[in-house]
Amino acid sequence: MNIVLRGGIGLHEISIAQSIIEIAEAKAREQNSRCVQVIKIRLGDFTTIVREALEFAFEIARRETLAENARLEIERVPMVVQCVACGSVTDPVREVCLICPHCGLPLKVISGEELQVEYIEIESEAERV
Amino acid sequence: MDRVSVQTNVLKANQELAAENRRLFESEGTVVINLMSAPGAGKTSLLEATIPEFRGRYQLAVIEGDLQTDLDSQRIRALGTRSHQITTGTVCHLDARMIARALADLPVQGLDLLVIENVGNLICPASYDLGESIRVVLCSVAEGAEKPKKYPVMFHKADVVLLNKTDLAAASGVDLRELRTNVREVNPKATIFEVSCRTGVGLDAWVGWLEDAIDSRSVAAIARK
Repeated sequence: MNIVLRGGIGLHEISIAQSIIEIAEAKAREQNSRCVQVIKIRLGDFTTIVREALEFAFEIARRETLAENARLEIERVPMVVQCVACGSVTDPVREVCLICPHCGLPLKVISGEELQVEYIEIESEAERV
Repeated sequence: MDRVSVQTNVLKANQELAAENRRLFESEGTVVINLMSAPGAGKTSLLEATIPEFRGRYQLAVIEGDLQTDLDSQRIRALGTRSHQITTGTVCHLDARMIARALADLPVQGLDLLVIENVGNLICPASYDLGESIRVVLCSVAEGAEKPKKYPVMFHKADVVLLNKTDLAAASGVDLRELRTNVREVNPKATIFEVSCRTGVGLDAWVGWLEDAIDSRSVAAIARK
């Protein structure tokens, strides 16, 4: 399903929001729940996902899904880079430069690329009755 | 209310499909390029300049991704090369499922090289693995020297960065060395080529590099069989 925003603008945050909801729905169904109340994700700074755009996209994408009333909780993961040679760690990276200031070798991104559904909170069958 | 652990990458579904595509490409010994750039950087022009160099030596085909029109596919077919157009409508990137579907129309059997020309966009395509073997990012110098710093994720993930329209550097007031340094800083490992698809300057090095990639892939595929 593709959701088209007013004006026909598509954003990849829409696709990302739909994937988040599909993952949450699948897990909820596995638990015999029909109602997702919270979806907690981890979002790295070194991704192409803009938090505000994702929140907006989520509001649209959750309609008529098991996550219709769900709250999206986003934990920001800062970008951290480390030199594989001298081990020096930089956090956070202001202007992305992945060359070690100490030894001139390439830096490895050790965090900041996360885009992960951590957990969901669901209404159990017992609560529904 | 129950809390249930999920621990699932949001892009997992795409990554699984990309892995299937990759297995297929590797079993056929096909080198697959995911070609990405901003709109108008010269992706189709690069193909028009590169494909004739391979004619008669390699079997190749192109998948074109655009929001609308099959104009780019027409340009590729005009070279006598097979091309499949994906029109995404409003979707700003190609994903692995779109490629799997395109392969029904454009089988990879016997192909040495498949180029997937992504939707012109320096943001979204960076997140979607298509199953490619080589990620090529094209940046025209006229876009400005700071582009790699403004779109670091895209440039960081590239195997090859081609700096195109070098003939326009002086007219654009862009220092090629500064652009090159900015690519290096976000991606110290990328192979960088400076080219002008219009004048042909610098294309030899790129074509030679790609030939080596295709030849070594063929050898690897034969070794597996």
